[in-house]
Amino acid sequence: MTATSLGAPVERREGRQKVTGAARYAAEYHLPGRAHAWPVPAPVARGRVTAVDTSAALALPGVLAVLTPDDAPRLAEPEDATLAVLQGPDVPHRGWCVALAVAETLEAARAAARAVRVTCAAEPHDVGLDPGHRDAYEPKETNAGYPGRVEHGDPQAAFAAAEVRVDTVYRVPPLHNHPMEPHTSTAHWDGDRLTVYTSSQGGTTVRSVLAQLFRLPEDTITVVSEHVGGGFGSKGTPRPDVVLAAMAARHTGRPVTLAYPRRSLPTTVGHRAPTVQRLRLGAHTDGRLTAVLHETTTHTSRVKAFVEQAAVPARVMYAAPALLSSHRVVPLDVPSPSWMRAPGEAPGMYALESAMDELADALGMDPVELRVRNDPECEPGSGKPFSSRHLVECLREGARRFGWAERDPRPRSRTEGPLLIGTGVAAATYPAAAVPATASARALPDGTFAVRINATDIGTGARTVLAQVAADALAVPVDRVGTEIGHSDLPPAWLAGGSMGTASWGWAVHEACAELASRLAAHTGPLPADGIETRADTAGRADADSPYARHAFGAHFAEVAVDSVTGETRVRRLLGIYAAGRILNARTARSQFTGAMTMGLGMALTEGSTLDPAFGDFTETDLASYHVPAHADVPAIEADWIDEEDPHLNPMGSKGIGEIGIVGTAAALGNAVHHATGIRFRHLPLTPDRILTGLLAGG
Amino acid sequence: MKSFGYLRPDSVQEAVEAYAAHPGARYLAGGTNLVDLMKLGVERPAVLIDVGRLPLDTIEELPDGSLRAGATVRNSDLAADPRVRDRYPALSQALLAGASGQLRNAATTGGNLLQRTRCPYFQDLDKPCNKREPGSGCSALDGVHRDHAVLGHSPHCIATQPSDMAVALAALDAQVELYGTEGTRRLPAAEFHRLPGEHPERDTWIRPGELITGVLLPAGTAGVPSAYRKARDRASYAFALASVAVVLRVADGVVDQAGIAFGGLAHRPWRARHAELALLGAHATPAAFEGAVDLELMHAEPLRDNAYKVSLAHNLALDVLNRLAPAPAAA
Amino acid sequence: MTSANKPAPDSEITLRVNGKPHTLHIDNRRTLLDLLREDLGLTGSKKGCDHGQCGACTVLADGRRVNSCLLLAVALDGSEITTVEGLGGDGEEPHPLQRAFLDRDAFQCGYCTPGQICSAIGMIAEAAAGHPSQVTDPATPSGRPVPLDRSEIRERLSGNLCRCGAYPRIVEAVEDVIR
Repeated sequence: MTATSLGAPVERREGRQKVTGAARYAAEYHLPGRAHAWPVPAPVARGRVTAVDTSAALALPGVLAVLTPDDAPRLAEPEDATLAVLQGPDVPHRGWCVALAVAETLEAARAAARAVRVTCAAEPHDVGLDPGHRDAYEPKETNAGYPGRVEHGDPQAAFAAAEVRVDTVYRVPPLHNHPMEPHTSTAHWDGDRLTVYTSSQGGTTVRSVLAQLFRLPEDTITVVSEHVGGGFGSKGTPRPDVVLAAMAARHTGRPVTLAYPRRSLPTTVGHRAPTVQRLRLGAHTDGRLTAVLHETTTHTSRVKAFVEQAAVPARVMYAAPALLSSHRVVPLDVPSPSWMRAPGEAPGMYALESAMDELADALGMDPVELRVRNDPECEPGSGKPFSSRHLVECLREGARRFGWAERDPRPRSRTEGPLLIGTGVAAATYPAAAVPATASARALPDGTFAVRINATDIGTGARTVLAQVAADALAVPVDRVGTEIGHSDLPPAWLAGGSMGTASWGWAVHEACAELASRLAAHTGPLPADGIETRADTAGRADADSPYARHAFGAHFAEVAVDSVTGETRVRRLLGIYAAGRILNARTARSQFTGAMTMGLGMALTEGSTLDPAFGDFTETDLASYHVPAHADVPAIEADWIDEEDPHLNPMGSKGIGEIGIVGTAAALGNAVHHATGIRFRHLPLTPDRILTGLLAGG
Repeated sequence: MKSFGYLRPDSVQEAVEAYAAHPGARYLAGGTNLVDLMKLGVERPAVLIDVGRLPLDTIEELPDGSLRAGATVRNSDLAADPRVRDRYPALSQALLAGASGQLRNAATTGGNLLQRTRCPYFQDLDKPCNKREPGSGCSALDGVHRDHAVLGHSPHCIATQPSDMAVALAALDAQVELYGTEGTRRLPAAEFHRLPGEHPERDTWIRPGELITGVLLPAGTAGVPSAYRKARDRASYAFALASVAVVLRVADGVVDQAGIAFGGLAHRPWRARHAELALLGAHATPAAFEGAVDLELMHAEPLRDNAYKVSLAHNLALDVLNRLAPAPAAA
Repeated sequence: MTSANKPAPDSEITLRVNGKPHTLHIDNRRTLLDLLREDLGLTGSKKGCDHGQCGACTVLADGRRVNSCLLLAVALDGSEITTVEGLGGDGEEPHPLQRAFLDRDAFQCGYCTPGQICSAIGMIAEAAAGHPSQVTDPATPSGRPVPLDRSEIRERLSGNLCRCGAYPRIVEAVEDVIR
């Protein structure tokens, strides 16, 4: 019973609160006298605010204030320039916040925002992503600190000399995170003390950013993120909602809630930047790769440089004597891009794994076998050995479970009336990393334990899995461990992001509990009334350089039905098999895997956003036009994993699992569509307009 | 949203009088589109006249064999009514293809007919739109218009009418019953919506203050085989890229009744009169169907990015026609 | 009712919410969702989009599932509203569907969950009352209960988006309570 609780399918601790409606989210703190804020977006794509007429808005009943660039509280210059809201007249993109209405009620705030008259001096703008753009440049670093370019061997020459070649271009449109809870913060000042309830993936960062912006000591700021209605990267660091709410609360002397309107999210909270990716693969006729060239172009805003690291997976995946992985970025007058679930890997692996399928096609080789044949000894980009790599096992196990052997490899070989049926495979990878965190653990005289850490549960089940980690280290039943998270009074820890949350938090929890266990073993007699507490800080260990390349791997198998009448593509089956170290909670892990696969399904088939050339913002701004998958789109999705032991990771032996599920899903589906139709579509999403046009042209 | 007064009249007559007495009033029924547009600032009524509880919520059979659905019958109830399902399957199917279970529980027959385009430029007050603000221009014409019209559009507006239900009503020869200060009148459902021309701000031929009181489903199409099919980006809960409603009766291998209407192609449900004319009296063969449908769609004028709609509509119509046509008797 | 005087921008209404009557003086612009969340403190009903495009705000109004964000409270005077807080009854035990959601891990972030649960309860009643769906075989006889297989459940719950992708588990939870 005390052997281990790691891996057990323990039920979510906050589940009961969530299914009964008792769980409180950031807008749901009814502080006395609370007011509501509503943002006013810039009506031009580039230019300057020349006047903000607030008279009509202020004349409406219940309106308390309208903050403008002229009178909003002055902030210190933020490191993240997207947070410099209402600090000056410049408009870097359409939708940039140019005023904020504050009123007694939601209705009055909305009406007041509408009544604000903003006059802008517009300048010509450019939002068109083109690899040949004159402003395109190669960045030194991409997002997550990767070198912009890695080159080994002589890739151009190796490609030119290859016996079999694939040379293609794939396009992924802008994508939106759209967590179900919009970005929301409630802020309250008590003198110079600030409390915020915010929908964020990491309260520790929120606190340090607010401290810097408002020039306050960190210990005067309290940040609460008890329950968070999804983030998927877009709540990774503070977004304008928390800054504006704090400004409005200071300006009005009232607690203020700002819940961003859904339609404002695309321009405000970041998006997955579009990519244009050129893939060149050279191979021997036996399938061995001789050259891998992955060159990607993306955009960023004028506000900050964010480079989606789409070419990075090529440095991890396959053995080839010649490798080029490079990025170019074009600063445009677009809303600022940011993290969206598996930044880099999701779009990059769509392209690389589609190209691998094309190569298998060109070779007349099974796509599973092609990947197996090119499984590398060491990480191609770094030359480091892998701490563990079981991609081949994932592919084999997935193939077995999916019934891959019965597949007729010929495209368009299977039909059911007007339906074209196809299957596809793709591999997945995602880095397994950790960052330092602190935690405390306390043994209480009643035999229970209290674990405290400022972790965040954005839906992963962090409370539950951290209790399991603690119970395991303490060798006690998991129900004797209480976990407190989501509050900045707790020992600081990093955010729920980069698939690093559990590894980082769990490491600190494990250390605090292991230390506590030895203290208890040495302790004689009853515990003091307030128990015994230990604290851990993993700095120096969690962030230590590793001689190993550490990644999770996976394999995705998909079956689709393409309706030749309409071009509608619907998924029949999706299977994901993962090698992600030790799985810490079988129940919540499966949910994360299948959930990410569902987002990958959306990326492949339904989700697409368009930058409007004339207006400079996204055309698909709401959930009626930006199609996240609905129930009817999602059939049986299965996720499972192989047992993987990896001693080079962290004390739990776990790899992050929040993101790998999306990586490779889009390629598996795209490859299945090719198998179904015999046509290669290289521009996501695979909506009926594209598919039908392709079917008519090609077949 | 602008402040508004709220009135709940007890009768149709009172409702119409209230409208006349209050400039800038709007009728409110299910509210699923009106409240949405009020939040966006597209609709700014001074007064809402709540007609949602008027005694217009029944479906009744008339002596001539037609079926009359009151204006406040909820979409879900209309779709589930056994008489509708059995006699006018295209209507039930069209209703069920629209929106979501929750929205269908609130949306009414009358309100569904009056729902406004989902053109993104229409919904954004910061962008020109002739439908929202006559004379301001059409942003979709050279903008993002994959979802827009291929038939009957004008340089002033390329928006589409979004209702699924209206497409089925058009094909079924339904009539829209209106009540206004000048009394009751009826308009064919197929001609209830307008083409944009120079006045895209007018979606329909309804007169100011007129209230939809019901929809009449004629005896003439009752029990005639009919079906609705819709194509869309997502498997459910999405507007049509294109759709078709077909009413088809074949006797001795010859078409003797045909009603075809397309959705998602135009500013109104597009009744395919050319195709119907070509089919009447013709042998019900795949080739005849194809010829007829092509005859209709040759009038399409696709925009830069929506030519696929013509093929899609073609395929949808043929699929439904061939499905409804009885298999030819064995020789 | 038809006087030419400009009617007031606010009204007094009475609603029964989870069995309890509430008389409120409200701004006519108040939606049912904002009334529940702001006036009654019933924040279990969530605001995901505020435009009827996500289903997080789903409640039962007079027994039917609806998007509370698109309903003006003033138009609901006299209605009976049930929210996620009112499903379990007075006891400690949650509603069987709430229990099934826990058993199946049918949620992650939890934000769409109350709407999914209310929607599923309304949907089960609709099917029992003979309401067809888009995927119901047209040959199914009218007026009889419609059996809920997986494709029926998926279609009928499609008005409730879940960005965490808990859909397969939600379908299983619904199956648990209809079996």
